[in-house]
Amino acid sequence: MSLLLVLFSSFFIFRLIAGDPIDQLTRERPVTPEQRAAMRAELGLDQPMWNQFLDYITGTLTGDLGTSLQFRQPIAELVAERLPATLLLSGTGVVLAVLLGFWVGTRAGWKQGGRFDRSQVATGLLLYSAPTFWLGMIAILVFARYLGLFPVNGMRSPSTPDEFLPQALDIGHHLVLPVLTYTAVVYAGYLMVMRSSILDELGADYLTTARAKGLRDAEVRRRHAVPNALLPTITMVFLAIGNIVNGAIITETVFSWPGLGSLFVSSIFYPDRPMLQALFVLFSGSTILAVLCAEILYWFIDPRIRKS
Amino acid sequence: MSAPTRPVSPRAVARARRRRAAARAWRDYRGQRSGMVGLVVLGAIVLLALAAPLLVDESALSVTQATGGRLEPPSAEFWLGTDESGRSVLALTLWGTRLSLVIGLTATVAAILIGTVVGVTSGHIGGWYGWVALRVSDWFMVLPSLVVAIALLAVLGRSAATTVAVIAVVSWSGTARLVRAQTLTVQSRPYLERARALGAGHWHQMTRHLLPNVLPLVLASATLLVPSAILMESSLAWLGLGDPNVVSWGSILNRASDNGAVSARAWWYLLPPGAAILVVVAAFMMCGRALEAVFNPRLRGEAP
Amino acid sequence: MTLLQIRDLNVTYRGSRGAVPAVRGVDLTLEAGGTLGIAGESGCGKSTLAMAVLRLLPANASVTGEILLGGEDVLTMGWGRLRAVRWVGASIVFQGAMHSLNAVQRIGPQIAEPILVHGKAAKAAAHRRAAELLELVGLPASRARNYPHELSGGQRQRVMIAMALACDPELIIADEATTALDVMVQAQVLELITGLVAERGVGLVMISHDLSVLSATCDRTAVMYAGRVVEIGAARELFTGARHPYSAALGSAFPVIGDAASRRRPGGLAGDPPDPAELPPGCSFRPRCPVAAPECAAAEPELLALPGAGERHSACFVAQAGGPIAVQRQGSPS
Repeated sequence: MSLLLVLFSSFFIFRLIAGDPIDQLTRERPVTPEQRAAMRAELGLDQPMWNQFLDYITGTLTGDLGTSLQFRQPIAELVAERLPATLLLSGTGVVLAVLLGFWVGTRAGWKQGGRFDRSQVATGLLLYSAPTFWLGMIAILVFARYLGLFPVNGMRSPSTPDEFLPQALDIGHHLVLPVLTYTAVVYAGYLMVMRSSILDELGADYLTTARAKGLRDAEVRRRHAVPNALLPTITMVFLAIGNIVNGAIITETVFSWPGLGSLFVSSIFYPDRPMLQALFVLFSGSTILAVLCAEILYWFIDPRIRKS
Repeated sequence: MSAPTRPVSPRAVARARRRRAAARAWRDYRGQRSGMVGLVVLGAIVLLALAAPLLVDESALSVTQATGGRLEPPSAEFWLGTDESGRSVLALTLWGTRLSLVIGLTATVAAILIGTVVGVTSGHIGGWYGWVALRVSDWFMVLPSLVVAIALLAVLGRSAATTVAVIAVVSWSGTARLVRAQTLTVQSRPYLERARALGAGHWHQMTRHLLPNVLPLVLASATLLVPSAILMESSLAWLGLGDPNVVSWGSILNRASDNGAVSARAWWYLLPPGAAILVVVAAFMMCGRALEAVFNPRLRGEAP
Repeated sequence: MTLLQIRDLNVTYRGSRGAVPAVRGVDLTLEAGGTLGIAGESGCGKSTLAMAVLRLLPANASVTGEILLGGEDVLTMGWGRLRAVRWVGASIVFQGAMHSLNAVQRIGPQIAEPILVHGKAAKAAAHRRAAELLELVGLPASRARNYPHELSGGQRQRVMIAMALACDPELIIADEATTALDVMVQAQVLELITGLVAERGVGLVMISHDLSVLSATCDRTAVMYAGRVVEIGAARELFTGARHPYSAALGSAFPVIGDAASRRRPGGLAGDPPDPAELPPGCSFRPRCPVAAPECAAAEPELLALPGAGERHSACFVAQAGGPIAVQRQGSPS
């Protein structure tokens, strides 16, 4: 049902608020009223709003996302082309951020107030406070321009031979700075969430039982506290999936990474409204899907919910 | 227990109690170093923002009146160098403080207003309306904020007002959820039942009982909302979706990247605005976390 | 050999309000195979005492004195030795098993865990042992595959007992092990504990606020108030004939099932236990004591043997002087 709402709001924003698309299409060229009428008929804009909405829904659900004004190609094709790049960047970034965030967050929360805790929380705070695009630009400045270690932007260098290994290495080389930037900003969130979950477990009785049984401190943390702390953490991670999309958009734009995020941004100024609309639906829809997956996942992994 | 020496009105009693609670909260807050550091830094920044017109003449922002060369590194005349039009980066950054703060604060206030109203009414009135409100705020909370913001701005046009509105639209749901939860907790407390039994109407209940109990929480969450509003504004401005006529840190960086500051290695142009954002956001977050810890002693490392 | 010897134990918590003494100068001994009950209201320090035996107190607790378990001082042991002694030398049956068990782990592995940690057996053997222990406490071995929330309160408490027996300890400390249970279940679990303890010759320290339960399950009872032992002696006699006003009140606070008179005139005591951070001068029980004498305000009474009362010790000036320690109620049983 939420998906329907997404479609509705996308329609609402881009058609009802934004106004007549014909005006946009005919911006540059003078057209006669007959030509306008013809265009309207062709694009189905002379139909009542309800029909247009229904057509839009059926179109989207069957994979017809419209045509890009910018590239004059079906949007679905463009999306398919650029999706892998986004997945590569975001996927790597998120996995790294989650692993690092959980590892640090667990240890920081376990010894709350200790040196490690304070320093890691401070570092996380600083990283979170820095705007993603700024970190990216600084990274480019330092590592690409000054140190020349990494390429300035893009995903590939045109001069790489067209075989698998050199291509893969080249992409990997281009991937380093964007992933570092992306991870740096997103990681802090996961750290705080995991830390907070561990803090919630700290005074619990079952941990005293574990200690009484003679377990080492690290074992108590690893075998008892962490599994209990992971459950709420995982849901929270999924709920924060909006951050992942936001981060992807900015990072891709800074590094000119050819993914869906930079596509979204470039569509703003053209303005390529069908593209914006389609990507809006895509981003919002996938976020909602992710949250649904989180609920299902949680249902699976929490024994208390499953059996009760 | 001795009898009071003069008649004390219930309102005075309530006021005294609130003053004591506030004093205690301030004492707890003061005990946290990070919170105090954040507060001091914020104070300094607000002072700078207010004093900007006195320190630097507004003409320094004008492109036509710029006196420096293009992208000059820091010198005795221009402490932070110049931008592509020859303007002083220091002046730009200083002036940017005003707008970045104003937009951040206004957007937060708007978001808090919407969120509190929705939260209190949905928790108090409940029923069909409450259910719908909850679903809507959940839905907003999940949506990627930047995507929605960009979409709305692309359609509504660029101006300071639309920026504030858009940020408020994507930010209100967190507050609504918090406020609703707190409202539900307070609702079940006995004194509210008594108030109802005494004939208190909905409006009275909401403003006199629910609201004061909800406000401390709202304050804590507001302090954490401002930094995200500032970050969002800077991201939108950097993308080129901010108001073209005003100077904010995001817009400075937008112009920087548009004019090849990175390839020209103009670090003096890139560092200050971003660093400024970092400092302000970090300061707000420190205050926010300190406030949170005041209301939730567990976060301070003590038993409640 | 003396199984457990506690000498001059003092536990003080350092908190935001300053130092809070929870246990003040406690001496206790327990022979191998003996049973000792510790009674008192919440906050009297009995749980702190139990936790101190295995050094399970939080970091802000400062502990002085000696706790000799099998001759070794627990308080000065190295960490490695302490970990080895935990659960093997002495184990604890905690109350509130819903929170004392790991909610996301199955029962079997939780019982087997100490066996594996202490290297007493390999994995398969440890799980077999866990199944045996479950049957020992009256649960089907198939329960090992369940999670804690799938069992009833009584079943969970049996699991705690099974777990406590896992490494064949010399001493078991039952900390309010039956308090949260229904009366019928409580009786069953108590029977189980006392049966197992007698069978295996294990020492038992049972902590409860119910003097009657202790009188039925233990040889001796110690009553604690405000961090000190105020009376100690043979359990049955202490219950029926207390020689400290607090013990008398504690004993009469529970109506006896089947005795209509006690239900109609419940005993018990007005007021609350003192705030450990602000103890009154003199005897800490004086503010609530029905027979307080003038000398009770001057100094805190020592725990002294009562002349002619066998092994009974009482920390009460009035009792030590031979006077009555309870106000006689009309029609009360003793």
